[in-house]
Amino acid sequence: MEKLAVQKGFNVEEVRKDFPILHTKVYDRNLIYLDNGATAQKPQVVIDAIDTFYAKENANIHRGVHFLSQHSTGLYEEARNTIQRYINAENSYQVLFTKGTTDSINLVAFSFGELVKEGDEIIISAMEHHSNIVPWQMLCERKGAVLKVIPMSTKGELDLDAYQNMLNEKTKLVSVTHISNALGTVNPVKEMIAQAHAVGAKFLVDGAQSMQHTTVDVQDLDCDFFAFSGHKVFGPTGVGVLYGKEDVLNAMPPYQGGGDMIKTVTFEKTTYNELPHKFEAGTPNIVGGIALGTAFEYLSTFDFEAVEAYEKELLDYATAELKKIPEIEFYGEAENKVSVISFLVKGQHPYDVGSLLDKLGIAVRTGHHCAQPVMDFYSIPGTIRASFAFYNTKEEVDILITGLKRVITMLS
Amino acid sequence: MSIKEKEEEIVDEFAIYSDWMEKYEYIIELGKDLPLIDEKYKVEEKLIKGCQSQVWLHAEKEGDVMKFTADSDAIITKGIIALLIRVLNNESPADVAKADLAFLQEIGLQEHLSPTRANGLVSMVKKMKMEAIQNA
Ligand SMILES: Cc1ncc(COP(=O)(O)O)c(C=O)c1O
Repeated sequence: MEKLAVQKGFNVEEVRKDFPILHTKVYDRNLIYLDNGATAQKPQVVIDAIDTFYAKENANIHRGVHFLSQHSTGLYEEARNTIQRYINAENSYQVLFTKGTTDSINLVAFSFGELVKEGDEIIISAMEHHSNIVPWQMLCERKGAVLKVIPMSTKGELDLDAYQNMLNEKTKLVSVTHISNALGTVNPVKEMIAQAHAVGAKFLVDGAQSMQHTTVDVQDLDCDFFAFSGHKVFGPTGVGVLYGKEDVLNAMPPYQGGGDMIKTVTFEKTTYNELPHKFEAGTPNIVGGIALGTAFEYLSTFDFEAVEAYEKELLDYATAELKKIPEIEFYGEAENKVSVISFLVKGQHPYDVGSLLDKLGIAVRTGHHCAQPVMDFYSIPGTIRASFAFYNTKEEVDILITGLKRVITMLS
Repeated sequence: MSIKEKEEEIVDEFAIYSDWMEKYEYIIELGKDLPLIDEKYKVEEKLIKGCQSQVWLHAEKEGDVMKFTADSDAIITKGIIALLIRVLNNESPADVAKADLAFLQEIGLQEHLSPTRANGLVSMVKKMKMEAIQNA
């Protein structure tokens, strides 16, 4: 694709033009898409990249001498380079393509997990997505390791003193979300990583929610692993990334066996390929990887300071407007949070509120958001979550507020 | 009235609503009017846990016909339960078991019976039919 020019500041009306779905209707009403925490919409450049690949570029990668195979291999590896630059990884081979965050975390739990011994400790937090809980429970079960959970406050902030006290020489790995999908909390992962390293533990950052809202520099964070999904950063579904430090990845055994991940295979002995191929068995999601590269090229045209300022303005506006409705109860009021608002309408079931908002064209998520322990913490079955991306507007917040008032009247 | 006739009656009732919100106002009314399930049946064994909302169902055979009472923590789920009960109550186990409940499609509420909604309704219909088969 052509080089996109970097924008100055942030102009939401211009950005909205890039996303065709934002101009569609549901039930004859303008779509108000406030479920960006679940998945983000795709800009035209990403859609075009997928189209073009299948129309003109499709071939398997890393294995053909013919023109198209070399071309698609080039596109795929260029996408890896784009992502490397975007997250500031040391080398492109430290950017492993996976199916998504869940797959990335499972890769670490199974492969790095082979280095975990009985009695070792793994630390997660009270606000993790099920994807960052269950693989560690499975690992602890397999290896006889111990899972510890950093508690949080009712505001939805982690107890960092408790975390410090949990760390010790038995701690093998800490795996914590950068940004909570259920509460919007931004955790101070950089400090937490330094604390983990002080006792010799490795640190995985669940970055599923991060890059939709902020930029990430893996070297600055100094994390050992960083996991994210393509579909939440305006890229396609079915593709994601695991970044890992070179020495850490090299010390890990392969996760899955198959084509591409080997150097030589005989029935007596197989030798494994180098990074990143060692962890990329089989034909990958080629078009997904390429289009994810395009999504990051698109993201790199933004002035992210302006994006963050705009999202903060949206968050503050939406929070203030929601506060004017006396029936609204908030869940997650951390000092440092992104444009994700979890709430309930007093006395009303989130399913009812969500179903009615849907009929007004407003897409929110209701339920436990794959974070049941968070809901148990507050003793609620679930919440209504409005999660805003940079293409949402104050007018859409107004429509949400009007819709909510109408729904509350209907239900009471 | 047969199951089919009751379904047609409901489809006619819904025909006057041109707007989704009106339709839902009616469903909410139905939910509020649903006769409550006897408290003694609001127990774990009667509970159908959905991810989003949950449903309690009690079924018994009275004479030749099935009798259902149910409840839910969500009012829209309850409104749809009221429709299902209206259609399936006082019908023979054989008729309940083979009811296709196509009216939900016609009035545009079939989405609530999609497994992805995880509101307990799909399992509730399954359970209603199971109970009918067991009582046949
Ligand atoms: C914090 C967090 N972690 C992990 C995941 C899992 O991502 P995926 O389903 O794309 O693998 C999500 C997605 O909702 C998430 O929000």
